[in-house]
Amino acid sequence: MVLSTHARSAVLTGLAVLATSVLGGCSLTGSSSEDEASAGNDPVVLVTHDSFSLPDELVSDFEERTGLSLEVRPSGDAGTLTNKLVLTKDDPTGDVAFGVDNTFASRALAEGVFASYAPELPEGAEAHELPGDEDDLLTPVDTGAVCLNVDDTWYAERDQAPPRTLEDLTRPAYRDQLVLPGAATSSPGMAFLLTTIARFGEEWPDYWRELLGNGARLTGGWSDAYQAEFTQGGGKGDRPIVLSYDSSPAFTVSGGTSSTSALLDTCFEQVEYAGVLAGADNPEGAEQVVDFLLSDEVQAALPESMYVFPVSSQVELPAAWAKHAPRPEQTWEVDPADIDANRDDWLRDWNDLVSR
Amino acid sequence: MLSLREVSISYDGVPAVEEVSLDLPDGQVLAVLGPSGSGKSTLLRAVAGLEDVTGGAVVWDGRDLAGVPTHRRGFALMFQDGQLFHHLSVARNVGYALRLRRVPRAQAARRVEELLELVGLSGYGERLPGTLSGGERQRVALARSLAVEPRLLLLDEPLSALDAGLRERLAGDLREILRAAGTTALLVTHDHEEAFAVADRLAVLREGRLVQEGAIGQVWRSPADTATALFLGYARVLTGPAAALVVEAAGLPDAPALAVRRSALSVDPAGALAGTVRAARDTPGQVRLVVDVAGVGEVDAVAGLERPPAPGEAVRLRVDPGRVAAIPG
Amino acid sequence: MRVPSGPGAPRGRQAPRGRAGLGRLLTLAALAVVPVLALGLFFVVPVSGMLARGLVVDGVVDPGAVLEVLGRPRVHRVLWFTAWSASAATALAVLLGLPAAYVLYRLDLPLRRLLRALLLVPFVLPTVVVGVAFKQLLRESGPLGFLGLEESAVAIVLGLAFFNVSVVIRVVGGAWESLDPRPGEAAAALGASPRQVFRTVTLPALRPAIVSAASVVFLFCASGFGVVLTLGGLRWSTVETEIYLLTTNLLDLQAAAALSILQLVVVSVLLALSARLRAVPGGASRVVARPRPVRRGDWPWLGATAVLLVYVGAPIATLVAGSLRVDGAWSLGNYRALGTAGSEQALLVPVTEALANSVRVAVDATWMALLLGGLVALVVTRRSRGRAERRVRGALDAFFMLPLGVSAVTVGFGFLVTLGRGPVDLRDSALLVPIAQALVALPLVVRTLAPVLAGIDDRQRQAAASLGAGPLRTLVTVDLPVVWKPLLAAAGFAFAVSLGEFGATSFLAREDRPTVPVVIFRLIGHPGAMNYGMALAASVVLAATTALVMLAVERLRVGSVGAF
Repeated sequence: MVLSTHARSAVLTGLAVLATSVLGGCSLTGSSSEDEASAGNDPVVLVTHDSFSLPDELVSDFEERTGLSLEVRPSGDAGTLTNKLVLTKDDPTGDVAFGVDNTFASRALAEGVFASYAPELPEGAEAHELPGDEDDLLTPVDTGAVCLNVDDTWYAERDQAPPRTLEDLTRPAYRDQLVLPGAATSSPGMAFLLTTIARFGEEWPDYWRELLGNGARLTGGWSDAYQAEFTQGGGKGDRPIVLSYDSSPAFTVSGGTSSTSALLDTCFEQVEYAGVLAGADNPEGAEQVVDFLLSDEVQAALPESMYVFPVSSQVELPAAWAKHAPRPEQTWEVDPADIDANRDDWLRDWNDLVSR
Repeated sequence: MLSLREVSISYDGVPAVEEVSLDLPDGQVLAVLGPSGSGKSTLLRAVAGLEDVTGGAVVWDGRDLAGVPTHRRGFALMFQDGQLFHHLSVARNVGYALRLRRVPRAQAARRVEELLELVGLSGYGERLPGTLSGGERQRVALARSLAVEPRLLLLDEPLSALDAGLRERLAGDLREILRAAGTTALLVTHDHEEAFAVADRLAVLREGRLVQEGAIGQVWRSPADTATALFLGYARVLTGPAAALVVEAAGLPDAPALAVRRSALSVDPAGALAGTVRAARDTPGQVRLVVDVAGVGEVDAVAGLERPPAPGEAVRLRVDPGRVAAIPG
Repeated sequence: MRVPSGPGAPRGRQAPRGRAGLGRLLTLAALAVVPVLALGLFFVVPVSGMLARGLVVDGVVDPGAVLEVLGRPRVHRVLWFTAWSASAATALAVLLGLPAAYVLYRLDLPLRRLLRALLLVPFVLPTVVVGVAFKQLLRESGPLGFLGLEESAVAIVLGLAFFNVSVVIRVVGGAWESLDPRPGEAAAALGASPRQVFRTVTLPALRPAIVSAASVVFLFCASGFGVVLTLGGLRWSTVETEIYLLTTNLLDLQAAAALSILQLVVVSVLLALSARLRAVPGGASRVVARPRPVRRGDWPWLGATAVLLVYVGAPIATLVAGSLRVDGAWSLGNYRALGTAGSEQALLVPVTEALANSVRVAVDATWMALLLGGLVALVVTRRSRGRAERRVRGALDAFFMLPLGVSAVTVGFGFLVTLGRGPVDLRDSALLVPIAQALVALPLVVRTLAPVLAGIDDRQRQAAASLGAGPLRTLVTVDLPVVWKPLLAAAGFAFAVSLGEFGATSFLAREDRPTVPVVIFRLIGHPGAMNYGMALAASVVLAATTALVMLAVERLRVGSVGAF
């Protein structure tokens, strides 16, 4: 009978709608039940980038100890984060920020995004303080060097010596072997541009022309380069030289040895900073968050949570890092004031040089 | 009673209906007759509340209907092509308005059955509209419109989409059904046959203006002007000396113009007019002639089948006063 | 006999408009007010906020600066490439989508529901993951390496079409499914060959749907920046990548504003054009046609569909295969790893939890998009009385398409600079993400529903009204039965958009509850074979979820709604 079919489909529809809604927790983006644990706590808002992550236990320990409730608002990358902070400086969206790095720091400082706070630094952290930050606006939290990585097995198979220096990359022997993310769309890419500027000065565009002439391939982001194009990346690409970090070799370990290594003469040090935002609703809480990020527990958790080295030399590195990720002794450097003055011009010139 | 008081309707400033005033007493059927583009459908839609009047008023029993939405007017509208709900069975289509009014199920079913019987479709209740012929669909649409006993039934060329034979039969049925139900109805059509077959009163609309209105026979007998006469089915309109000649032959009072039906002049040895046959054509009931009448020119005439005149033959013609109409200046 | 008033008679008083007319306008306004307010608050205000930041320098508007930016040769190159790549990709998507729409919606094929559901999968896949799959196929050593397409503009076009072909299939397929077959049959009876029938009858009847789909695809392509970056390397720039660079990196808001204005102008022109092309005189009657068995003459269509399936299937197959490999052997290890948030890997939360987060956001985005989109579709398809009203409806229609054509970066940053003011700070609202996604899905919902609503003979509604049905009843009786299926399809679309959306929402501060795309980006953003494998596995999970939801939607057969 017709009616029963109708009834059945109506019931079916109802069930489907119900199932979806239940799955969606009857939504309006869920009830915030997890906040109830820290209800009554003083909220402190941490504005950060997409890569921010810390173990849950550490965060709940912090909340218990301080009586604060930490709200993390991640969005975008370091550049997006910095510009977001600049655009909202009169009406900040949080109390404390983490993730502005040394390539963007000077812009944030010049725009007056941060308020002074000078916490007690752990051993080893002074070395990473931002040059020119006289007012103690930013505090170094983690560091990592952007270096070229090579696939040692690939070269071993071909009885060829891998490249060592920036100049090597323009030699015919390494034609069509390099892949790297662009400076305009990726922060390691920007770091590499600064490396070449530090090394070649005014002549950096010539070097880039040679690099591109030798078949260097540019990608949008780090993943596009490492995962899709690098011979040791997940996509098993066909480029044995890639721009990545000094920590990356620790992730290609198999049978006790790493199949890749970082070229330690091609590195640029990136430091990520935390700072209390000017005009924060909860400046005391913000300061406690900065202290928290410098604590031994967080510093020790950084390698595995965020794939970066701690600024503190007091904490132990994971075994694979200690063994397979040697740090460069010297890195290429560009004065933050120089970066601030020239980065837009450099980027524009670079962009015109590489794109059609 | 429906009254239109100087109703004007325009689209983007272009008038479609201008100052039309009409009265439709309860229980009567009024046909608004007009060529396409005359504004008759617009007028109907305004009565239904589907168009806004830009001037004047649509009044029911003394109450201005401006601001009363279509579904509160209690006027059922029946379209040329029925507009049945395709996903509903015939019975559910007919019972649609009854369900809206929450008529108890058993009572509604009885009423639907009655209506289907009234339109001659007993036993069709479970069929889907897609399986019906055009005439059947119109009957269902009629039944659906009548279900709520509307205070006014609006019919938009209800028979135009049907073939000739069916149309004639259904027109008769429609008249019967409307009479039987005592329904007040407003019909718009471009087909004067349809209007004559169904309506009691006739209003002629041309270029948005009402040119004539009255009881059907009265309009028929004295069309207001030449165009109306032609539209009402008169074959020619004679003027000047030609008109005077024919008027005289018909024994009518003097008139400036005369509308003549095709069968107004017939071959009769005792006729007052004389002429020469130019052409002759047989039809089932009579022979149709074109005759060149001295002082009048070419006119249509008929002759009996028993001894039809041949082209070139001289004939005399008689004028039937009932088949001509004097038109005022 | 009444004497009609002649031309010389005094004119009757001209009432400005009947109360009924006023009521209609009020109803129109009431229906439109919610969507207009939503779009105003979450699109117009943020975008104009960003434009103002860029254009007003020291309190003065400087139009010269805008002209200077627009005069740069680089901008011309970028604009040209954007238009070229988006047009080419749109043409390709239509070309590939049409046969598939016919085969999957008109023919009685086994598994057609499953195929329809699967073809929506590209829509939700993260760009970066698909980029890897495409590169595996296209690079010199890959199976399609001989084509030499790696890093070419063609690769970008292929990628853009890959993501958007499902829009064409859905929108056109839906229209085709309910196309009245009789005019075609009539044409055939008049001696038209199948090809002539297609060209002279079917294609014109499908034109509104095709134009609708094409304009949406074009906007998606012109503003799809992940694909361009991932597949083209950095050699190619589009307006969208330029705005991204100018805003997130250089903070050159003036130039970004200039480009955003350019975007707005181009998109508006495009929308006006497409509205013109979409208009069909008379409107098509709609029926529910049964799919018919495959005939001999269908083989070109089937062949073209097979090509499409290979084109869409190959990258997905590559992806699935990759997700099943661990250390060079077949394994489910990547999927097992998704269940736990191990400390070794970059997994933030178990993927089940991320999936729950995704679904929660998607449910919100879906109901918002359906509510707003349904209202907009209703408003824009009601028959207009008078030219002015028609214009207003046309403008509304285009207005709600705009979010597709304007840079997500501009909108995202606009949220930050504008939504902080006012009584509540909306910038931190957890609803911002679903709202942004709903705005992206809105045009799809409107474009799915509007052609169908417009195809309903308005006299059906009038018939219902004359029988005493109020507006709501009329909606339920006349509109809903016809629009029900497209409504479900639109819901599926919105859901999929939300599940897969990452680009636009990555600019919004969100609650720290990672969704599946966030987890995928994080996994693939770090070295290590396991991270990569898990990223692929999570993508497959996301794709499978989407396919299942779509399949469920396809299976719902609720023809009886409205038959109360």
